[in-house]
Amino acid sequence: MSESKETAKVGLGGELIGLLKSNIRDYVMYIALVVIFVIFGFTTNGLFLSPRNLSDLVNQAGYVAVIAIGMTVILIIKHIDLSVGYVAGFLGAVAAILMKNGVPSWGAIPIVLVCGILVGIYQGTLVAKVGVPAFVVTLAGMFIFRGLLSLTTAGTGTIIIKDKGYKAISNDFIPDLLPLAGNIHTLTLIIGILAILLLIYSQVKARNNLRKYNFEVSSMPIMIGKIVFLSVIIMYIMWTLAGYKGIPWTAVIVAIVLLIYNFILNKTRLGRYVYGIGGNAEAAELSGVNVQKITMFAFCSVSMLSALGGILYSSRLASATPTAGTGFELDAIASSYIGGVSVNGGIGRVTNTIVGAFVIMSLTNGMNLMGIDISYQYIVKGVIFILAVAFDIITRNKRK
Amino acid sequence: MGDYILEMQNIVKEFPGVKALNDVDFKVKRGEIHCLVGENGAGKSTLMKVLSGVYPYGTYSGNIIYNGNEKQFKSIADSEQEGIAIIYQELALIPELSVYENIYFGHELMEGGVINWNRTIVNAQEMLKKVKLDVNPSVKIRDLSVGKRQLVEIAKALSKNVKLLVLDEPTAALNEDDSANLLDLLRQLKDQGVTSIMISHKLKEVVSIADTITVIRDGSTVCSLDARERRISEHEIIKYMVGREIDNIYPKREKKTIGEVCFEIKNWTVRNPALDREILHNVNLNVRRGEIIGIAGLMGAGRTELALSVFGNTPKYSITSGELFVDGMPKRFRHPKEALDAGIAYVSEDRKGNGLILIQDIKYNITIANLQQLTEGISLNENKEITIAKEYQSSINIKAPSIRQLVGNLSGGNQQKVSLAKCLFVGPRVLILDEPTRGIDVGAKFEIYSLMNKLVEQGMSIIMISSELLEVLGMSDRVYVMSEGTITGCLSAEEATEQNVMAMATRVEEEV
Repeated sequence: MSESKETAKVGLGGELIGLLKSNIRDYVMYIALVVIFVIFGFTTNGLFLSPRNLSDLVNQAGYVAVIAIGMTVILIIKHIDLSVGYVAGFLGAVAAILMKNGVPSWGAIPIVLVCGILVGIYQGTLVAKVGVPAFVVTLAGMFIFRGLLSLTTAGTGTIIIKDKGYKAISNDFIPDLLPLAGNIHTLTLIIGILAILLLIYSQVKARNNLRKYNFEVSSMPIMIGKIVFLSVIIMYIMWTLAGYKGIPWTAVIVAIVLLIYNFILNKTRLGRYVYGIGGNAEAAELSGVNVQKITMFAFCSVSMLSALGGILYSSRLASATPTAGTGFELDAIASSYIGGVSVNGGIGRVTNTIVGAFVIMSLTNGMNLMGIDISYQYIVKGVIFILAVAFDIITRNKRK
Repeated sequence: MGDYILEMQNIVKEFPGVKALNDVDFKVKRGEIHCLVGENGAGKSTLMKVLSGVYPYGTYSGNIIYNGNEKQFKSIADSEQEGIAIIYQELALIPELSVYENIYFGHELMEGGVINWNRTIVNAQEMLKKVKLDVNPSVKIRDLSVGKRQLVEIAKALSKNVKLLVLDEPTAALNEDDSANLLDLLRQLKDQGVTSIMISHKLKEVVSIADTITVIRDGSTVCSLDARERRISEHEIIKYMVGREIDNIYPKREKKTIGEVCFEIKNWTVRNPALDREILHNVNLNVRRGEIIGIAGLMGAGRTELALSVFGNTPKYSITSGELFVDGMPKRFRHPKEALDAGIAYVSEDRKGNGLILIQDIKYNITIANLQQLTEGISLNENKEITIAKEYQSSINIKAPSIRQLVGNLSGGNQQKVSLAKCLFVGPRVLILDEPTRGIDVGAKFEIYSLMNKLVEQGMSIIMISSELLEVLGMSDRVYVMSEGTITGCLSAEEATEQNVMAMATRVEEEV
């Protein structure tokens, strides 16, 4: 931390180097994402970067992203949930069966989300109250929900979902309210511009606030550079999406979940307690934090988000399949760790987890486009995952 | 009598910022029982760690002469090779393994690359006979009482052909019978030619068993007394243990206005479910408004356990009987949150272990225990948080470039101040300070003492647990002394002298 203060006197170049040094962990993640985009852009002759594929990528990353957000909270408090994949698969199948039996989608979705919370209560109770290690509880859960998924799909095999509204969640796009220019989705562009304005407003406000209390702030050119960089990325994505069919509903859902969790973790007591428990559970307990309650919350939230992930996935496929959810836990855990959650707990941001989810899902998407065999895909993902965690540990140790 | 089995000469051992051992001389005669005594933190255990190679050669200066030859132990294995065995307070046995497996753990009886279990069992039986322990060697350690475990440890040492046996407070966790038994065993081993060094706080035992008594104070040898020449009294030992001038580092309180009793516990009896044993017996204690009471005692007397059991740490301590009153109202806290809400705050002795969240910054740590006060609607007012943290930073002088500094990067004294600020922000009426100045420098100590005085002048009550006797005497209006889970005395500031407190802490007078 003192590093960046010293370099502030050295001038812009020095500040930039200082900034890179102290935030190398985050930057590497962005660089990795850019490298992945460039490599796949070349190897697929631009197919990867096409508006249609990027739109698909958002829909594919969606279900992993919401589960990863829940996983991030779990990992911050030093637990783990291996059951998320099959919970998602099973509850997606439950939704399909409900709709098959005439329950409308607006009824099925809340029911499934509540089922998710019930799963969380079951696993959370075992971890928080009984004291069974989360690894064991959720490994057992993995088996249980895998079995339940096979049972629900046993008679029919794949259950086809016919409900249009349900299918729209992961296949449709927000309507264009102001269709001004032919092929361009105007509302998407407007949302992009609003997002940039919001970004500028929040950055300036945060900076002024820091100055008000005499905290060190980054210099003006650095801040402008950061805003320009992020604005370009936002505008690029929005422009690409606008050129296709606009913003997918999945993106809207992910954004809402992200905003809620970002708010909880950064602006509420609950969030403080989550980080406190991860940092030092005993100290948190002696500071009056009810560790059991917070642990229950984390498990309920991850299972509920798994249910949501299951909904997004079954909506995307317009069906519930017996293999749905396989490997989601790895994608979710990898997203969190690539996004900078500390393996020792106590550190992590959901905003970065989303970037991590895009890294992982870009890999999947790109390798699929290249026609790479699934076996190699697993190996590549595993290697990237372990490199990310090892790199994280090395940079953290150095900072000490 | 010039035959020394061990001579440690001019031993100096430094830790960052502290000289734990400063020119210690320690000589042990062959075949004697040598007791090593001193206050907490005097350097006894450090000295034994130097001897055993836990602190390897090169990390200390001075000479170790063992059996006439200079030795340079680089690890415990080196010292064990020479027949030196150390038995620590926390026993190093593996609960889930059997007695015979434990006795030969680490030096298994091998034959052709595999363990010969038959010979192991037969030999283990022999060792058990030597320590007069009548148990089946295949019983698991977890099923044995603490006293018997201790004997297994000694059997283990004997199986390694021990010449010099070091016991670190062997009787601290034992009852009277087991203690007597153990001391008898040491006498027998002495007859068989084993030399023993025993660290003990129980002076009664020391005078009954020791051939020689060495007293250490502040990392230096005070004296070595030959107990075979003449009878050494416990009071004489105490005099050497504490004998120093009280420096004037304790600020005087300007006005003392001591009010009504505001916090009281009666017949407080607590079990530790993990150890499955009663750790506090019928503790009675009270604090008045505007008063500082000190709780003195030696390590393991049960002081921290008392504080935590009062503070609502129920999973670790189950209260079997007793009453707790805050302002005359009966209370029982099931969670630290309830204690905090009732105005009782606890500053941990173990800042890094369970006091602070080191990977978070100063403002986070200061506010974590009372975020209600910062909550507006459903979100936290971070501006208010910053303002409050800054107020505490300046009012209790936390030295850090910014309140966004990670607490893990602060010095011990500043960490302690953050810990205090956290508890003060709760607005407590009774503040329990557990070892408030452990491991911090003199300047920060003075600041903390001054702050304590200021707080009680404002009407707060402070319960201070401390192993530093001088601090207890310098700061307290009344001193409670604890020993082995009970209060062995309550002294007014005038009555509380070092000798009196030490006598009670080591239980010189049996019934108080």
